[in-house]
Amino acid sequence: MPLNELSVVDYLNKMNNREISAEQVLKDIFNQIDRIDKTVKSYLYLNKEEALSEAKKIDQKIKNNDIPPLAGLPVAINDNICTGGMETTAASRILKGFIPPYDATVIKRIKDAGGIIIGKTNLDEFAMGISNENSAFQITLNPWDRTRVPGGASGGSAAAVAADETLIALGTDTGGSVRLPASFCGISAIKPTYGRISRYGVIGCASSLEQIGIMGKGIKDLAILMNVISGYDELDSTSSHISTPDFLLSCREGINNLKFGIPKEFFSQDLDRGVKEKVIDSINRISQLGGKIEEVSLPNMEYALPAYSIIAMAEASSNLAKFDGISYGLRIEDSGDLEEMYLKTRGSGFGAEVIRRILLGTYVLTSNHYEDYYLKAQKIRSLIKKDFENVFKKFDLLIGPASPVPPFKLGEKEDEPLAQILAEIYTSPVNMAGLPAISINCGFTEKERLPVGLQIIGPPFQEEKILRVAYNLEQELKEINSVKPDLSF
Amino acid sequence: MGNDTVIGLEIHVQLLTKTKIFCNCSTDYFDQEPNSHTCPVCLGLPGSLPVLNKKAVDFAILTALALNCHINESNIFHRKNYFYPDLPKAYQISQFDRPLAENGFLEIRTEKSAESRNIRINRAHMEEDAGKLIHLERDGKTSSSLVDYNRSGIPLLEIVTEPDIQSSEEAIVFLQTLRSIVQYLGVCDGNLERGSMRCDANISIRNKENGELGTKTELKNMNSFRAIRQALDFEITRQRRLIEQGGKVLQETRRWDESSGKTVFMRSKEEALDYRYFPEPDLLPLFISQSWIESIENNIPELPDERKERFMKDYKLPHYDANRLVEVKPLGDYFERAAKNYNNYKQLANWILGELLCYLGQENIDIDKSPITPVALIELLELIDRGVISGKIAKNIFEDMFKTGQSAALLVEKSGSTQISNKEEIDDIIEKVVRDNCETVQDYISGKEKAIHFLVGQVMRYTKGRAQPDMVLSLLRERIDKT
Amino acid sequence: MSKQIVTEKDVGYIAKLAKIGLNKREKELYSGQINDILLFFARIKELNTEQIEPTFFEGTPSQHFHEDVVMPSLPQNIALGMTGCREDGYFEVPGIL
Repeated sequence: MPLNELSVVDYLNKMNNREISAEQVLKDIFNQIDRIDKTVKSYLYLNKEEALSEAKKIDQKIKNNDIPPLAGLPVAINDNICTGGMETTAASRILKGFIPPYDATVIKRIKDAGGIIIGKTNLDEFAMGISNENSAFQITLNPWDRTRVPGGASGGSAAAVAADETLIALGTDTGGSVRLPASFCGISAIKPTYGRISRYGVIGCASSLEQIGIMGKGIKDLAILMNVISGYDELDSTSSHISTPDFLLSCREGINNLKFGIPKEFFSQDLDRGVKEKVIDSINRISQLGGKIEEVSLPNMEYALPAYSIIAMAEASSNLAKFDGISYGLRIEDSGDLEEMYLKTRGSGFGAEVIRRILLGTYVLTSNHYEDYYLKAQKIRSLIKKDFENVFKKFDLLIGPASPVPPFKLGEKEDEPLAQILAEIYTSPVNMAGLPAISINCGFTEKERLPVGLQIIGPPFQEEKILRVAYNLEQELKEINSVKPDLSF
Repeated sequence: MGNDTVIGLEIHVQLLTKTKIFCNCSTDYFDQEPNSHTCPVCLGLPGSLPVLNKKAVDFAILTALALNCHINESNIFHRKNYFYPDLPKAYQISQFDRPLAENGFLEIRTEKSAESRNIRINRAHMEEDAGKLIHLERDGKTSSSLVDYNRSGIPLLEIVTEPDIQSSEEAIVFLQTLRSIVQYLGVCDGNLERGSMRCDANISIRNKENGELGTKTELKNMNSFRAIRQALDFEITRQRRLIEQGGKVLQETRRWDESSGKTVFMRSKEEALDYRYFPEPDLLPLFISQSWIESIENNIPELPDERKERFMKDYKLPHYDANRLVEVKPLGDYFERAAKNYNNYKQLANWILGELLCYLGQENIDIDKSPITPVALIELLELIDRGVISGKIAKNIFEDMFKTGQSAALLVEKSGSTQISNKEEIDDIIEKVVRDNCETVQDYISGKEKAIHFLVGQVMRYTKGRAQPDMVLSLLRERIDKT
Repeated sequence: MSKQIVTEKDVGYIAKLAKIGLNKREKELYSGQINDILLFFARIKELNTEQIEPTFFEGTPSQHFHEDVVMPSLPQNIALGMTGCREDGYFEVPGIL
């Protein structure tokens, strides 16, 4: 088997048994990338030379019986996470050529554990979007159907995992931007509880909503990387002091007697029939495995999406103000004065979706509108949190679809700004309440054989529960997960 | 002028922490290479996040307590959003509707009034300082600007008064009192010229008849006590004249222009920005417990008024002396260091407030850089007390000490101007003076007391001031009585 | 005919606040799209939130501070190294009118 098709679990086993070398694995990965990435276009930047040199070093260490925990594991990184010395653009023209002088905390932790950063993946510009079509540089294709989108915003990472162009990848999730592409690309992803993973070095979009997400081929893979990057960071004031358990231990048998709530609001008219079928299939499987299923209601759910959008856009409008051309990034200077420089730089450096969101975000924060929009949205946020709190009193977890629709065609939602928002209808309430959630492939639509993701939501800081359920379901659905996209072109 | 001037002040105080408010960069940026004290956080690089400096909060609480404020148990940070090159994130992290402290007061006493007055403090809140801009001009216009972010992220405490101040004099006294306090607390060095303490003012004229508040203007760019005084006086006059002539005061921001001695229009109210304040999501609410406040309260250093009382009690100094010595903390420190080993406190105070301050003032040297140390000064004073030199000679020695840095003992030895206290040494001179001044001696004998002082003067001349006047006087009387 | 919440002029004002240069065509385009989205947002008015406290912050409240201990800053050349617009150790920007 080509080594780029390994899971992280198998990689670590084989490395520990000295069956393979880090260098061999990297070479197979880069071969795959060479072969298919001019079509799939997952990567914006490849760290080939440095990665291979790192791999050689780690292979040498291992020969001397010094095995770092990740043993040279190759990891792909969303291009909105700062990697020191490596171009980081957030898929925006305004940051083209920007080379951060520092690593994000998660990058440091991966490197300290012996992981290797192989490259930066494509995303919707500043993580604003649901299809990956908003990148300023290239369009990533869905490996399962190359006429369709891989989902966004972390579409590049999702496609890279699905196409075996990496063993595992990091993305960011503000309102579903890791779970949605995972669902579209038939892979697994976890968005942890807010505060579980440090945000230091993540090019912020919506500070109170986003977390780094992990995207991989299997649940145990996610758990392994969770162990390395989770935990309190003194550089992030919002990171939690809560202790990090060994998440790998959660990946064990048995979901007997766990109580699962099925929010009826997640099965509205917006839900595509093909998706619904597969999700209900999985729910039945869970029931067969011993889980107790019951319908619940999250009464304020219909207001979650507009409230979330208001908050996300407001915070983004402020977070993106620092891109002013003064000390880094794009600067457009004709002969005008400072004002001209600002207007031209930001006017041409940002794409349309980003501009739209900045304008809306600015609008809802102006003194005339603050109360009606931003303040009200934060009040609705309290209501959403309460809804979740109430159901978690009776239920261990909630399950439902990750996306209302299967992956759609490229260009289909291009001129529909509202569609950009609506795709996150089931995922965004989770960010509003800061909860952990996993998206796991639960099958393919009958008609077009497109991947469908099941979303598993847990109470705060109970990633162990959602990992356990996801792991059990994954074992149950082994035959589905053994299918791979046809990349023989 | 009357009581219808209404002034409110907004003061920014740079806190003397070692590190910046949201990162661990050094705050010691003055006179350093530009952009040498920065990091991803205070440069506003993408992905950077703020982490609050605990010491900055300690200092803020300390100051708020000294200003008799109520400390808010839970306070939050807000973002103030606007674009300017000295603001790296294009927003300033500040506090808006839940500040650290509110509702305090500061007692001031002006020279004119016998009583003291309380100026109310509306609020005190924490925020970060911006970088520094230097404007380069070409053909009279700003052609480009240079930015230095060393100052970006220095912790500031913004103190806002109610519009209780009624004159420029009161404003100055308020600022001097505040400066004294922050120096004593050790939270700020209060240097207006260097910008570690900055002041903006809001001024309006209240209608005498119906008591209505007038439109206020905001004044900026006042960089010294002198500038503040002049700017306020100018603006008060400008507004009064405008009103008298039937004009309207417009709500605007004006700049003090040092060169022309005028306040100049800067921007109008309409141009005021919408800052779109919203709570800073990267910082969680700051919770200040009672025990935290108490631990700071129990460690408040001695404040100027307390020290003044103590100087009057322990050192038996008169009110005037005590008051002057405590005005600026290093001055009081100097006195106390000397007073440890010298107990003629009044004499000590006289020399410090007199000669020392005079020479320091002439050379524009701060007390803590004085060429004459407390120990050196005591040595001089002891020489006077022991009668080795006269008070008059001591003044000359003092000047030489100040200019050369040499010790009193050395200088006295060199000049040979030790005081004559030996009777034999001056007997001859007394003989000579008595013989050469028969008429004056006769005048004294016939009752003219003044005459003997003339004779004392003559003896002093011959001894080049080295004789002890008292001793000369008694020797002369003795000698003349013998006649 | 859908209700117009923002006009082109409004969009012009917002764009100026956000320092984003837009031409007339862009202002037209964006004002239409923004209107649609604001209409979608408008449904939040239906919910009565008078007695509800807003949630501004995510994350478990904890006291998170840094100690007042100096750590090395970025060297000057690194701080300035991310732009070409610099002079004598300073960042250079066009004149402010």
